Amino acid sequence: MDGPEEMSVETAAQGTRQSAPAVEPIDTRLASLRAIYIIWYRDILRYWRDRWRLVASLAQPLLFLVVFGSGLSSALGRGSLFGTAGGFSYIQFVYPGIIGMAILFTAIFGAMSIVWDREFGFLKEVLVAPIDRSAVAIGKALGSTTQAMIQGLILLVLAPFVGVKLSFLTIVELIPLAAVLAFGLSTFGVALASSMKSLQGFQVVMNFLMMPMFFLSGALFPLTNLPGWMTVLTRLDPASYGVDPLRRVVLAESGRSSALVDSFGLTINGQVLPIPLEAGIVLGFGAVMLGIAVVMFQRRD
Amino acid sequence: MDGSVGAEAVIQATGLVKRYKEVEAVRGIDLEVRHGEIFGFLGPNGAGKSTTISILCTLLTPTAGTARVAGIDVAHDPARVRQRIGLVFQDPSLDDQLTGRENLEFHAWIYSVPSSERGKRIDEMLALLQLTDRANSQVRTYSGGMKRRLEIARGMLHQPQILFLDEPTLGLDPQTRQSIWTHLNELRADKGITIFMTTHYMDEAEFCDRIAIIDQGKIVAQGTPDELKAMVGGDVVTITSSRPDEAAAEITKMLGVTPVRDNGSLRMEVPDAKVFVPRLVRELTAPVDTVTLRRPSLDDVFLKLTGHAIRDEAAGTKDQMRAMASRWMGRRR
Repeated sequence: MDGPEEMSVETAAQGTRQSAPAVEPIDTRLASLRAIYIIWYRDILRYWRDRWRLVASLAQPLLFLVVFGSGLSSALGRGSLFGTAGGFSYIQFVYPGIIGMAILFTAIFGAMSIVWDREFGFLKEVLVAPIDRSAVAIGKALGSTTQAMIQGLILLVLAPFVGVKLSFLTIVELIPLAAVLAFGLSTFGVALASSMKSLQGFQVVMNFLMMPMFFLSGALFPLTNLPGWMTVLTRLDPASYGVDPLRRVVLAESGRSSALVDSFGLTINGQVLPIPLEAGIVLGFGAVMLGIAVVMFQRRD
Repeated sequence: MDGSVGAEAVIQATGLVKRYKEVEAVRGIDLEVRHGEIFGFLGPNGAGKSTTISILCTLLTPTAGTARVAGIDVAHDPARVRQRIGLVFQDPSLDDQLTGRENLEFHAWIYSVPSSERGKRIDEMLALLQLTDRANSQVRTYSGGMKRRLEIARGMLHQPQILFLDEPTLGLDPQTRQSIWTHLNELRADKGITIFMTTHYMDEAEFCDRIAIIDQGKIVAQGTPDELKAMVGGDVVTITSSRPDEAAAEITKMLGVTPVRDNGSLRMEVPDAKVFVPRLVRELTAPVDTVTLRRPSLDDVFLKLTGHAIRDEAAGTKDQMRAMASRWMGRRR
């Protein structure tokens, strides 16, 4: 298309190459893949290096489970949804919700580390590299997806303490579901962070997006029989479609009837959604968010 | 300065202009940097140095004018330009949770350094900048000078033709500044690289092969330090007086030189200070408190060309704030 122009640039470039080492043209697609890998790897390295954070991050879910779970298990005795014979205790109900919470917080916080990188200058090193900037958004999203997934799945070790039995098959099923939720929320975090220039917006995101998302996700209470306005909000919360499959898979293993498990399920118009559809919704949301993040990063500032 | 330096231009800018809404930060700059030289871009803070370097590094697009870096138009193909240049920013841009080596590995990956070369080049650059001992320590344990050296090592890792440094010695103590210069000279000798740097330290500009002096978005002079100093005629005499206005008027009238006022002192260029100073002391009726005389420096060149000194109050305060900020942020992280 612009052949002649390209040619003249090439010759001029060669003119100055005499003493400097020749620069081989880079395969851009391969370069982007490399960049995605190393951006992902850096996040994992930092996560792994910060073992205290790993340990500390277990404290909050544990607190929720032990105090909140036990407390409400006693309060919601007979007569409530959780009191029926052969049913679940509240602590069993909330357990998968807490896994969802760990994923939600880690994913969004992880992605928001972009804002820290901007503040401390490291982002500049990445943005000036001769790579497509979409690699930055993708690498970062995958980095926090991985962290959030691990952070959620670590909590599976607590299953025996809350009276939830897990089979090998359940764990195998939970891994992709945790990954899907982690991906949906990480991409959301990257999209938010891409337009944030300072750490100041962080508190706003925390209070006005993360907490409502968490409360409305069904992590703490069943999303059935809610007031109309709240039903609408919970169904608009993408995290709902990620927490629900986790819960249904965890509880299905416990030998109760599937009708009982489904009674906690996320419904739209009274219909319980199939798990693949829910996962599809979260993935679709993640794809849209990633698209937004890529566009935001490619804008030159 | 050096006869072996090639004559071909590796940076060529014509009529560069950068306008932000109301402000014109760069107002028509022409530049030519030759292969293998250390080129200093000199001027006070806010003169347009950083804006110009950002345009040359493809981080900003010029409002008007063209620039070719390593033979490639910066507006036409920024990615190819970036592949051929190394950058050391004014503000730190390292991940200080990672080790020095890990920072270099990260860079090697995003700049597509071939995997067979990666380890070898990292070792070489670490050795060249004397960081081998500390390569596996986290960067947050490094001193300011070590961080700078690591950034220079990083900028060189993908074997660029030109290394751009924006105020590389800002905030460093004199000894560390000296060592950074030793390393830059070594790099040039070793790798045959062209170095383009900005600075507002006049004494540093003396180390450059050629310099351009920028003030208020325009280049006011360009040449070797000696050529520029030759623009100041002869010696520089500075006097202080308790009645400076009267002294200035007398000097102009009786001795035929026009002194420049600089922070309460009077500065003048004279062909021969040995003859001038005795006459000055003898003929002036206004009291002369102190007399200083010296060979011209680049400070004098700047003062002569722009009518004001390069290091004003504002620059000093800004440096202090920057140093304070980095100390505080460093501790917080």
